[in-house]
Amino acid sequence: MFGRRRKQEKWILLAPAILVLALITLIPLANTFWLSFTDTRISAIPSPVRFIGLENYIYALTDPEFREALYRTLYFTIVSVGLEGILGVAVAVLLNQKFRGHLILRALIILPWAVPTIVNAVAWRLIYHPDYGALNSLLFQLGLISDYRSWIGDPATAMNMVILADVWKNFPLVAYVALAALQTVPADLNKAAAIEGAGPWKRFWSITLPWIMGPLMVVMVLRTIEAFRVFDIIYVMTGGGPADSTKTASFYVYQEYFNYLRSGSGASYAVLVAGISAVLILFYYSSAKRQATGATA
Amino acid sequence: MRRTMLQSVFLYSCVVALALFTIAPLLWLVTMSISAPTDLTEVPLRWIPSEFDFSRYGALLNIDGGSGERFLSALRNSILTAGGATVIALMLAIPAAYSFSRRGASMVLLFAFLATIMMPPITYILPLYSTFSAFGMLNKTTTLIIVYTAMLLPFATWLMKANIDVLPVEVEQAAFMEGASTSYTIRTVVLPLALPAIAATAMLSFLVAWDEFFYALIFTNDLSAKTLPVAIADFSAGRVTDYGVIASVGVMATLPPAILAICFQKFIVSGLVAGSVKG
Repeated sequence: MFGRRRKQEKWILLAPAILVLALITLIPLANTFWLSFTDTRISAIPSPVRFIGLENYIYALTDPEFREALYRTLYFTIVSVGLEGILGVAVAVLLNQKFRGHLILRALIILPWAVPTIVNAVAWRLIYHPDYGALNSLLFQLGLISDYRSWIGDPATAMNMVILADVWKNFPLVAYVALAALQTVPADLNKAAAIEGAGPWKRFWSITLPWIMGPLMVVMVLRTIEAFRVFDIIYVMTGGGPADSTKTASFYVYQEYFNYLRSGSGASYAVLVAGISAVLILFYYSSAKRQATGATA
Repeated sequence: MRRTMLQSVFLYSCVVALALFTIAPLLWLVTMSISAPTDLTEVPLRWIPSEFDFSRYGALLNIDGGSGERFLSALRNSILTAGGATVIALMLAIPAAYSFSRRGASMVLLFAFLATIMMPPITYILPLYSTFSAFGMLNKTTTLIIVYTAMLLPFATWLMKANIDVLPVEVEQAAFMEGASTSYTIRTVVLPLALPAIAATAMLSFLVAWDEFFYALIFTNDLSAKTLPVAIADFSAGRVTDYGVIASVGVMATLPPAILAICFQKFIVSGLVAGSVKG
């Protein structure tokens, strides 16, 4: 009797949460999937919905612009997350040293994380301004450039400049995770290796890095999932330009929906993007799970 | 181990470089917001303002002015949206977390919860937009609160579950022996013990909602519901000739999360680390 009451309770306690998630995520997801097989358009006058099978997908998969948007997203994701990983670990190693002010610096690096994404985008847009931007002025005064540049107005540099802004905001998360892991590295291990003659560089590669690899991987995969859906910073900094050089997958779908009003076709792009995300999410769980079981073992 | 001179120089160079890299963009944003407009269009730039000009902040806090009205209504909407969603998300997350922690609800379901927020929002946006449009719910703070509740719920449930897991189960069992109901036990036994965890979860949730842009961009279109991120994007896209205005709005929007982050650093960092690493 007690057991049955508990079983009912399990679901009663979960019900409100499941209801909200079903309404706001699950049903829309199913709906998007259905839309992707139709030729629906957004319009004030409702038109009959026509089922067109895989036509949208065939178009999407042969659309060179969409493929380029995917490559751009991949470039953004790999370079951003890669740099955040390297910088994050370097910062964590630095913050793990004892020096005057190390607690202040540790507190300070939470600030980029606290800056709202949109403010970050706006601030860096001002910094990159072609005429009055701080970056131009600084590099000019240091003698590193002789002419002002249009950093995000030039297709050759725009994406990398957006990446720099993204890295500035997101390296603290990786740094904090890496620092937390570093603090669990046993000091004896390092001492023993030092006695056997391993230099700091060798100790980092053969002891420290393998030790923190688990948590580091998990947070990097998490950042990969976030970076892959990048939209906000692109919307504010470049609007996908110049010459589409920063148009990422999310931005592409957004335009297909809300600029060209092709909801059926847009939905097929959305499903393809969601599919890639789903693979990344599975990868996240497997690495997080390995981390969890590894920690208890 | 004592450092050699060379090692110390290297260490402190790295420290200074990191501090500069971290703080310079923010410092410049603040400087822009209090520089005279003519300082900001000098070539090359004047790094230290010729005079401190706080008038933009005055204008932003004046409800009768153009930029003040836009800013203050966005601020109000952001507080209502982020605050409302945080409260509701916690009210739903705590019972759910209790079910995962003490009633043996499957972890697979919790992973499914978390997967919903990892999906790109473009997967959900169009059906949501059509539905809200059909029910006349576009451009409403309530609508954003509902969507944000769903966005905050999985992470809040997960964090609360991890915290309820480590509470001593004996007190709850004693309450059940006395014949207390589950909801009574959660309210009187679990909640007081989990208070620090609830505070940390609430803060992180509030910050996530405060930061959200995409849904707000699509679902709102005027002063009555636009949140700060959308208002800032508008300021930045508009024909503002004084860049200091954009900078001052940015500084104001950064203050609440920055203050929270600095004051509750330990809380937030441990929440973040736990939230991103333990699956």
